[in-house]
Amino acid sequence: MSSRKGSEQGILEIRVCRGTGCESARAFELLEVLEKEVADKGLKKKVRVKTIGCHGFCEQGPVITVEPEGLFYCQVDKKDISEIVESHLVGGKPVERLFYVDPATGKKIPKYEDIPFYKGQKKVVLRNCGEIDPSSIDEYIETGGYDGLKKALLEMKPEQVIDQILKSGLRGRGGAGFPTGLKWKFGRGSKSDKKYVVCNADEGDPGAFMDGAILVADPHAVLEGLTVAAYSIGADEGFVYVRHEYPQAVDSIKKAIIDSRKKGLLGKDILGSGFSFDLSVKEGAGAFVCGEETALMASIEGERGTPRPRPPFPTDSGLWGKPTCINNVKTLATIPIILRMGAEWFSSIGTVTSKGTAIFSLTGKVKNAGLVEVPMGTTLRHIIFDVGGGIQDDGKFKAVQTGGPSGGCLPADRLDLPVDYDSLTQAGTIMGSGGMIVMDETTCMVDVARYFLSFTQAESCGKCTPCRMGTLEMLRLLDKIKSGNGEEGDIEKLQEMAVTVKEGSLCGLGQTAPNPVLTTIRYFRDEYEAHIRDKICPAEVCKDLIKYTIVPEKCIGCGACLRICPANAITGTKNKVHVILDELCIKCGACFEVCPPTAKAVDKIPAHHGGGH
Amino acid sequence: MQDLSRADLAEQVIPSLQEIQERLGYIPREAITWLADKLHLSEQEIYGVASFYNNFRFTPPGKHHLRICLGTACHVQGGDRLLAATSEKLGIKPGETTPDKRYSLERVACVGCCALAPAVVLDDEVFGRTTQRSLKRLLDTVDRKDRKAKKSGEDSQ
Repeated sequence: MSSRKGSEQGILEIRVCRGTGCESARAFELLEVLEKEVADKGLKKKVRVKTIGCHGFCEQGPVITVEPEGLFYCQVDKKDISEIVESHLVGGKPVERLFYVDPATGKKIPKYEDIPFYKGQKKVVLRNCGEIDPSSIDEYIETGGYDGLKKALLEMKPEQVIDQILKSGLRGRGGAGFPTGLKWKFGRGSKSDKKYVVCNADEGDPGAFMDGAILVADPHAVLEGLTVAAYSIGADEGFVYVRHEYPQAVDSIKKAIIDSRKKGLLGKDILGSGFSFDLSVKEGAGAFVCGEETALMASIEGERGTPRPRPPFPTDSGLWGKPTCINNVKTLATIPIILRMGAEWFSSIGTVTSKGTAIFSLTGKVKNAGLVEVPMGTTLRHIIFDVGGGIQDDGKFKAVQTGGPSGGCLPADRLDLPVDYDSLTQAGTIMGSGGMIVMDETTCMVDVARYFLSFTQAESCGKCTPCRMGTLEMLRLLDKIKSGNGEEGDIEKLQEMAVTVKEGSLCGLGQTAPNPVLTTIRYFRDEYEAHIRDKICPAEVCKDLIKYTIVPEKCIGCGACLRICPANAITGTKNKVHVILDELCIKCGACFEVCPPTAKAVDKIPAHHGGGH
Repeated sequence: MQDLSRADLAEQVIPSLQEIQERLGYIPREAITWLADKLHLSEQEIYGVASFYNNFRFTPPGKHHLRICLGTACHVQGGDRLLAATSEKLGIKPGETTPDKRYSLERVACVGCCALAPAVVLDDEVFGRTTQRSLKRLLDTVDRKDRKAKKSGEDSQ
């Protein structure tokens, strides 16, 4: 491990996380200041400043760790850097005020391994994330990187590699859960003069960032996995299809490709094995449906990304009609460790039908949001309440959403469900690629269903009428309910249409688009009924069913609301009570947010929608 | 490009459009004609592909490009309310540019900053944990900088 190497030489390694989360909290500014301070203080021989990919605990970003001590500084500001350098790096005294404070006990926790968020996890695929400098192929190799590839190319036949992967029980991490070894076996079995492998990094699920984070933090693991896949099926060319919205991931994988070519790990006659393979990066252009494999291939070929019927499956006829094996980022990143540690080791983790670990981007109304890896079979409760630390602002848990626009929402009584492909499917949702969004009492389930449906409706490629028109009609119904104009029978209409859309669509997008609606009806029917019968949005989210008002007795006349209101819908003079003009109000909630906590004068109340029925 | 097959040429369409947009900020009509000629495809074929994908725009962007993330995490943390307020403040809908060409506003499906939701992207820089107040400050700062730059530009003339 590079951290141990650091300690042997008596060198402190100070690691700055530059995952997307930390970066959005200005981590790049820290790095500049840190490098300068370390140089100015003449510490360059004693201290090594290193950039790492996502360390996981994004919610606490920007994150800095100090190795070999394993110290964890969170929410670091560039003003804190000189204190870290003076006190810790020069004086040997860590800056305690930047330690993580456990909200449960109020105690400061210096080392990340002791923080509940990390303690409750098992890092297998994410083992290098936050450990190595992703731009350094040498660091990857030092941690055992490319050993799996060496073993495969030099000691194993392709069939033996496939056999290992089959034995490991690895299932596709893109969401569908198809056995990876079996897919490779089909790819191997297809006779052709030309075959392709593709890494699907078109992480379209809005609210999920696992694949992007892995590409940024550990790109070589993905490349190694892809090269092994190519060797196994007999492909000599490959593509990484990555979202344009992830510029960091694009840069990271491109650099990794160049570096591995230089080391002879890609290109002609890899490691002298006689096997040749090379690949290029294709950037997506912003179409959710391109995460579906046949649409993805159409996009690589330069066409509109519309899916086509299967069979033929891509392993028989894929890119340009040639056998093509497509795997998700996480699936590929798992391959090297299986080859190194063995299929038995891997299959000892997880459940009977779902082996290994599951990776989630845990977000929403949860205290500890971030990138999480746990053994398959872990309960939702453990992920949300132990790793995730429970609900923000000590709110009440309402639902957890997995599988993005194709998945569903599960209520509190399903919290003890083990997370694996089969249990989640049984409960009406799917494992998905790894988005996990926690919702509390301030989240309206009708609004969430509408949100997902508006997404899939907009992203429907339009090829199948039930998907194109059915999702639109369902969306109209949901809008009607949300606006307080819902009628008895609308819920049943939604359910009926959902069946038509599911059955009449060619690809996964349409087949699963109704899932968020169906699960919210199944588990939260009372919320739909409150909108329809009582014209009330219990979570106070749906715009037409609420209004903002200023409580005169509480208003201190500070003018904060008046200044922020983008619609000029608030009147009042300094130190006098302010008033919201309903007819101008766009219900953006800016006034609600800025009203000083000492006053709390802005209130959300039911709009008493008459409905006219 | 004479020796390339039709499939090879078609494969160039999306990367070429991406490069055009990278350089010009949008896909002008003339660029489609130019590209069609280069790749021996029809303008309809090029436009058909370009209009399918969300990333391509056919009107010039404003000086500042503001994207508000409406991924699921951002949605449940109030991203849509940020969009409503910004849309009202700038007087434009998502996808439009202000008449003075200073701002263009867009909604984006997810920028992968979900743990620090809601996120906004201003001129390719991602800002997490956005509030109505921090977004207003961000735009006010941009306005101030632009005014200063304009003023010093005028002074030096």
